Amino acid sequence: MLNKTGVATLDLIKSRFPSKEQMLQPKAVTECYEEIPCNPCSTSCPFDAITIGEDINTPPKVDFDKCTGCGICVYNCPGLAIFTIQEIENHLIYKIPYEFLPYPNPGDLWQGVNRFGDVICNVLIQKVTISKRQDKTALIQVLVDKEFELEFVTIRRPNE
Amino acid sequence: MKHYELVIIGGGPAGLSAAKLAAESGLSSVIIERDFKLGGQLVKQTHMFFGSEKQYAKTRGINIAKILIDDCLKFPDLIEIRKETMVVGIYADKVITVLKNDVYEKISFDALIIATGASEKFLAFENNDLPGIYGAGAVQTLMNVHGVLPGQNVVMVGSGNIGLIVSYQLLQAGVNVLKVLEAGPTIGGYKVHASKLKRLGVDILTSHSIKRANGTEKLESIIYSELDSNWEYIPGTEKEIEVDALCISVGLSPLATLLSMVGCDMKYVSKLGGLVPVINEHHETSIDYIYVAGDVCGVEEASSAIVEGYLTGLIVANKLGYKHPDFENKQMDFLNQLTNLRSGPFGKATRDGLRELRDQYAE
Repeated sequence: MLNKTGVATLDLIKSRFPSKEQMLQPKAVTECYEEIPCNPCSTSCPFDAITIGEDINTPPKVDFDKCTGCGICVYNCPGLAIFTIQEIENHLIYKIPYEFLPYPNPGDLWQGVNRFGDVICNVLIQKVTISKRQDKTALIQVLVDKEFELEFVTIRRPNE
Repeated sequence: MKHYELVIIGGGPAGLSAAKLAAESGLSSVIIERDFKLGGQLVKQTHMFFGSEKQYAKTRGINIAKILIDDCLKFPDLIEIRKETMVVGIYADKVITVLKNDVYEKISFDALIIATGASEKFLAFENNDLPGIYGAGAVQTLMNVHGVLPGQNVVMVGSGNIGLIVSYQLLQAGVNVLKVLEAGPTIGGYKVHASKLKRLGVDILTSHSIKRANGTEKLESIIYSELDSNWEYIPGTEKEIEVDALCISVGLSPLATLLSMVGCDMKYVSKLGGLVPVINEHHETSIDYIYVAGDVCGVEEASSAIVEGYLTGLIVANKLGYKHPDFENKQMDFLNQLTNLRSGPFGKATRDGLRELRDQYAE
């Protein structure tokens, strides 16, 4: 399915998620399933939590005990294939990469979008970070309803 | 006649990297670039690069161009740069002719590195000459170098990395990308690029291709159709879609005409993109002192072109008697980087293609 549509199967998606317990703290989810020559997630991680190894074609593996969910890998991934997730009561907090102008503002209500590009919910923009070292890839912190855990992947400006 | 120790044709990633390593070794050179700016195709690559830190991964292509150019400018006494200058002839007695502002000039050299890159392939279909039909690379140049949009409603033909990346950049520029058509049964490029497009609402249709373009003065719509497993159009599956621009992204072929001109042994290796010079592991062609680096000897990612440039600059300098103080380590490092970049499934075509090419050299 990934090969034909660009959407991974649910099993594949689940395989990169942290456990419920681990998700009480923010953790990185690497949606990078293919052997491609690339390793910035691993080399940019300040906590040595992402392993790729000698062969840079190996897909990344996250050690959730070491991962703090800081989000540095999120904006360093050239494939924009990483986000962080944290469960708080009935909600999830995501940090996602975003490269479209204009950026949302904290407090905005935007649309939540799934991997097929369909709008599935409304989400609250909590924080927008864009520093020089992010090199134009913004980090957007979003509050999402818990039921969309395996569906939500990005945001869209309302009325688009 | 002006004489240079080393002439490098092409100021893209391979040519700039070759000049840097030659200069580090103490060898002087001239870079001849036909465009008005250095950097080759990097100057329009607004996305972050893949690879590892040594090939400037996670840096945007436009910024990698700046790094490579700055590296060359650090050697003002050793690297001369001639822009808006086209090489129009290469001769076996180590002479080239160049053209600038309608003035011809002959230049002689001790060694030559040809780093001319590659050009876009095109596709045959009815009305493919209508205004509004572009190569994807041309769209990238228009949009990211000159700030001109190609249209408002675009279909991309081809789902290799260039097709996927340019589609994403079109969306960033506010253009509607209606579909990506892929003739093959699966998506050609990295799936992370495909996923990025899909979540933005762009469908990638595998086993589909363009059949015909419609329009009188300019492109107005296209007819696309499903393909069977033999890549034949399936009758009755035609659909029409209104567009004002169409991007063709069906691969690149090496720009190797200068090499054919001077009489280098050439071989058609489909896996390397087409007609390429026969080279040994030192990137030397069948003619002494003529070397190649980058896409001209096999189409790959720019990361590989950079490393090939470094390697070739190092080797040529050594051959001319300028041995880099750290020659052995550098050479091993560059060779290892290339092996690493090419070791995955996406490097298979290059691995097989190079094997096919070097078998010929051994004969």
